[in-house]
Amino acid sequence: MNPAGFLAELFAYPFMVNAFQAGTIVAVAAGAIGWFMVQRRQSFAGHTLAVIGFPGAAGATLLGQSPAVGYFVACIGGALVIASLPATGRTGGELGGAGEESAAIGTVQAFALACGFLFVSLYKGFLGGLNNLLFGTITGVTTGQVALLAVAGLVSLAVLAIIARPLLFSSIDPAIAGSRGVPVRAVSAAFLVLLGVAAAGTSQVTGSLLVFALLVAPAATATRLTARPVLGIALSVVIALAATWAGEAIAYFSPYPIGFWVASLAFAAFVAATAWQAAREHHGLRRASPNAGVRA
Amino acid sequence: MTGIAALGTGGWILSEPFMQNAFMAGTAVALLAGLVGHFVVLRGQVFAGDALSHVAYTGALAALAAGLDLRLGLFTATIGIGFALGLFGGRGASDDVVIGTTFAWILGLGVFFLSIYTTRSSTSDSTANVKVLFGSILGISSAAAQSEAWTAAGLILVLLAIARPLLFASLDAAGAAARGIPVRFLGPFFLALLGATAATASQLVGALLVFGLLAAPPAAARKLTDRPWTGFWLSGALAVAAVWAGLALAYWVPTLPSSFTITSAASLEYATAATASWILARNARIPASPDLSNPEATQGAGETAGSRHQ
Repeated sequence: MNPAGFLAELFAYPFMVNAFQAGTIVAVAAGAIGWFMVQRRQSFAGHTLAVIGFPGAAGATLLGQSPAVGYFVACIGGALVIASLPATGRTGGELGGAGEESAAIGTVQAFALACGFLFVSLYKGFLGGLNNLLFGTITGVTTGQVALLAVAGLVSLAVLAIIARPLLFSSIDPAIAGSRGVPVRAVSAAFLVLLGVAAAGTSQVTGSLLVFALLVAPAATATRLTARPVLGIALSVVIALAATWAGEAIAYFSPYPIGFWVASLAFAAFVAATAWQAAREHHGLRRASPNAGVRA
Repeated sequence: MTGIAALGTGGWILSEPFMQNAFMAGTAVALLAGLVGHFVVLRGQVFAGDALSHVAYTGALAALAAGLDLRLGLFTATIGIGFALGLFGGRGASDDVVIGTTFAWILGLGVFFLSIYTTRSSTSDSTANVKVLFGSILGISSAAAQSEAWTAAGLILVLLAIARPLLFASLDAAGAAARGIPVRFLGPFFLALLGATAATASQLVGALLVFGLLAAPPAAARKLTDRPWTGFWLSGALAVAAVWAGLALAYWVPTLPSSFTITSAASLEYATAATASWILARNARIPASPDLSNPEATQGAGETAGSRHQ
């Protein structure tokens, strides 16, 4: 099996070219935005935004529109709503504050899934489509969708590059960032919208339920390997790209769906990085990472 | 209120056997989910509850793919992973990343089992996937309804047996440990119980919507009261009310799936409670009109206000 023949077979159909283009755009955006999400501990919000995309896509299909548009409208709308909610108990260790806030987010999540299910059951004969919306497909990406993803990906990366510094600062210490004149609220609202775009894009590759595979796992892996921001973001993007490309290629040659492969590869990277981190700490490099000894 | 309306007209809703089954199983499971959910919210383990409900999906499909009884996979997976989460997961703030990454993979495994199940057996029920994801409370048999109700009742008893020490450990882990409560054991045990709850409830409203019953009623209850035990029972009552209202609505408007109506009713409860508590807080701008029935809450509110001034 020579590489050229392998690639020729892989890209013999236009749908695979589309799938790879979409996967590449999504992996870059999700890897970068996901890194900030992990630093900000907002992965629950990211998951919720992805889940909100499901009724968006199902509703768009019900109305005869493209699901891609539905994903973006729903995810960005959801991000704006979350951003407009008052930030209660987000920082404090105040009892139950965090639990209550995540319960509110979780309620929104369950309601969104229920609405998606309603749309699916109103749109008869959609049962195969249900799995594609929830768990992703490599055959469904259209050329128009790739163009939409490219525009969304470029715009969101440009915005991320602009707000990266204040965002990182306010993620690490919102109080000090605020006192230094960083518009913490505006930055965090802008980031939630970016997260919505990333979730909407990722949903179109992995499906609404497996967004974590590209949005969290690569970023969490990178965070375990390095504490340096630029290197971490680069690593996160590389891991997301590798998981997506390999996942799409394996899914093409195997009977099992893409969501399973991408999720498994990303998870394997995460487990390997966790083991590596543990081994490194075991070898007495504990002083290098300040967080290691906190619990002990 | 809607629950009472459903009861009042119960003569004809409950004359249908499938509605009897749905009400019997639904009431027991909702009570269980509401009561367990109260502790989930109190302990800040909503994310773990979400993860376990997704584990239920994979467990069920793994059992189907292996040709086993669906419930075997459901309970083994959720109880086992719940216990493991409690043992290994409770370390600091990297928690949500670990849980999130792991459960994305577990869901991925679920899809893998789904494709094995659908390709292997040509006779397989093509709607099994939708049933596992979104439940089928109106479609369960009378035997299944009874076993659901008994399971839920048993789990409620287990919860009640550990409720006091669990509350103590949730509010003040160090103090509870000092008093000799086995805090280290209680955490994993509670997550295993949460897993069993997710498994039980997922058969009625589906793995994806369990969360509506586990999170929305307790969150609504906490908006309405600060007292732990009042909140505990209120949460159970709200969950039962949501199921009754949802079942009644699904009965009268057959185009609406029951899982949708139940989840919507629970979400509506939360939205109403949140709005009500927001309006009350707004009207009570005059500081602390002392709520005599609830000295602890008033004290807590005073402390918070005090700390904000600093």
